[in-house]
Amino acid sequence: MSRRTATSAVTAGVVMARLLQLDSVVGSLAIRTGVRPMPRALVTGNHAAGFALAAAGDANRHARGCCGGAYPITPQTEIIEYLRAHPFSKGHVVPVESEHSAMAVCIGAALAGARAFTASSSNGLAYMTENVFAAGYYRLPIVMIAVNRTLGPPWNIWVDQGDSLALRDAPWIQFYTDSHQDLVDTVLLAFRVAEDPRVLLPAMVAMDGFVTSHTQMIVDLPEQELVDKYLPPCRVPHRLRGEHPATIGGLTWPRETERHRRDIQRAMEQVPAVLNEAMNEFEAVFGRRPDGAVRADRTEDAEAVLIACNTMARTLRRLIDHRRADEQRVGMIKLKMFRPFPREELRAAIGAARRIGVLDRNHSPGSGGIFWQETAATFAGAADHRVIQDYIVGLGGGDVSPEHLGEILDDLTQRDRAAEPIWKEVAA
Amino acid sequence: MSATTTPAAAATACGAGPLMCDDPTAHLLRPGNTNCAGCGMSIGLQWLDQALGGEKPVLVIPACCGIVTAGAFPTSAYGVPTAASTFASAAAVATGIATVQALNGETTPVICWTGDGGTYDIGVATLSAAAERNEDLIYICYDNEIYGNTGGQRSSATPEGVVTSTSPRGKTERKKDMMSIMAAHRIPYAATLSVAHRDDFMRKLRAARATKGFRFLLLLSPCPTGWKSEPEESVELIDFAVRCGLFPLYEVFDGARYRINARPDGTPLAEYLTRQRRYAAAAGDPARLERFVAEQWKYLEAMAKAFPAGDDRV
Repeated sequence: MSRRTATSAVTAGVVMARLLQLDSVVGSLAIRTGVRPMPRALVTGNHAAGFALAAAGDANRHARGCCGGAYPITPQTEIIEYLRAHPFSKGHVVPVESEHSAMAVCIGAALAGARAFTASSSNGLAYMTENVFAAGYYRLPIVMIAVNRTLGPPWNIWVDQGDSLALRDAPWIQFYTDSHQDLVDTVLLAFRVAEDPRVLLPAMVAMDGFVTSHTQMIVDLPEQELVDKYLPPCRVPHRLRGEHPATIGGLTWPRETERHRRDIQRAMEQVPAVLNEAMNEFEAVFGRRPDGAVRADRTEDAEAVLIACNTMARTLRRLIDHRRADEQRVGMIKLKMFRPFPREELRAAIGAARRIGVLDRNHSPGSGGIFWQETAATFAGAADHRVIQDYIVGLGGGDVSPEHLGEILDDLTQRDRAAEPIWKEVAA
Repeated sequence: MSATTTPAAAATACGAGPLMCDDPTAHLLRPGNTNCAGCGMSIGLQWLDQALGGEKPVLVIPACCGIVTAGAFPTSAYGVPTAASTFASAAAVATGIATVQALNGETTPVICWTGDGGTYDIGVATLSAAAERNEDLIYICYDNEIYGNTGGQRSSATPEGVVTSTSPRGKTERKKDMMSIMAAHRIPYAATLSVAHRDDFMRKLRAARATKGFRFLLLLSPCPTGWKSEPEESVELIDFAVRCGLFPLYEVFDGARYRINARPDGTPLAEYLTRQRRYAAAAGDPARLERFVAEQWKYLEAMAKAFPAGDDRV
């Protein structure tokens, strides 16, 4: 192994410095073009998430208010601390006894017509699972922050996407974010998409435990007035009402159940278009465009493309820039939306690249990486014989450095056929 | 159906479409439900409706016979807005509903209607937490002392000696004392209810309605299917349970003041036990249950003497 100077914190620091430079350019452009720059603050990922949830909650003060459940778990705890301390205009966050109840409170709140949200991590998400499924099956537009952390035992508090991906078969939209700004923007997008009457599904916004949750970056924190403008009043059309007594979530026969599941699939199929509209509106209100379901960098004429999510995508972006400077035809995809899986966008973004490598900070025992499974399914049936190679890397929070990713890229660019998932152990 | 999911379609799909009961004047429990003959829950739901005097609550019902009562989508036997929650979640879902109602200045009572499995066992942490937070809820457990929905398995509410499919030689442990557990949360109001004591039931429901904060009501609910008893004897059975002292009727205010509403009148325990085949093994040797009854009353009388409710009128 080459020298391992790039610890997560150092990587984050470098990334932060680069973002600062970028922001100052954007900021001066904004001043020149007359768009009012937004307030900036140096905040942790957790506080950025708390801010976005609270702003979304307050934006519903003229409707039925907001409500959520709060239960601590490392590394998410600061989010629920933030929410408990926030002076909501019309809202209340209930300090419950478990994650299972945190989601149950959100379910009750949304059934009563409020904007509902919570946050969790790792075994908390696992404990919550039954109600995570229920929230989606009830078609409630709840938004949850998932701070990715390795599932235990053995106990490990560091990042791994296995926790939120264990919920991949739940009827939830899932987003994965690569920076503090991406996080704030995506939380607002998530409410907009989840509450859209064509969708009405809950949405999860994931970030890396510690690498994002506990580091600080400069973030544009939108003013409440703009959030109010961006998020229309939350409307749950099937909320409980005395004048229309209905039983929600009772018994169904197979015929109704099939239709219920089919309707959820159709709602999922609406998400890419609704997300696109939400991004356009975001740009109109906030003056900048957030990343969409799939963000492609340097994929034009690329022969090999690596796919990543969360902060690994940021590390990878630097590597790809260096390799392009060396005239290697390589590119990358940041996969931000995992559910619905953006097959069409991914195929379009990858184009003709013959070699596709997938970075999986997760592991489905007996199969392989989960992003890889989805990617392979996306290209299944295509007669173009692409190499789609899985790299399982950074499990349990192992620090994935640019050197590690460079070795993976070297493997991919020389590969003529895919092998079984390759374990890239970075902490050895 | 268009390819787009409309709000109405979404609502229909999750069991809340226009085909559901659309009659705001309907009774809480509508005719034509699928409850077994002699089910104590049917009586309890009708009396609950009457006690509320036309006021329509929101019901939260976890997995239990109470949600089977509703029948299959798109019909519902409930004439009030009802949320079917996951098994352990009734008190937490109700917390979310009550919180949002309070934010909007609404006073509709939110009532959890739950079985003993969802109260004594799987939902006990959720219930305890909602009680500790003193949520503004009425929590009613219709306790048939069995997992009735799944065909009759033991729960921690099943009394000692009872044969169930998971205690085939008779349960060896005592029934959990849920009233004491709830009283220990110092909630404003806790009371037991009987389907054989209508005036007492009505008074306690009205007292619960007039109280703010967390209110816990425990209804001993006869289950002919699980108790292996005759449906027409259900009410009489509960009368025996109260009179022989096995099921005391009492109230606890703020977890600190006790009032006993009915005392044993010398009716032999056998009157209750011999009418239920679930007690077949225990009925021949009632000594253990008699000891349980005696200890229960010693405790209750001591509490009522040391901490009398006095002139509590609610």
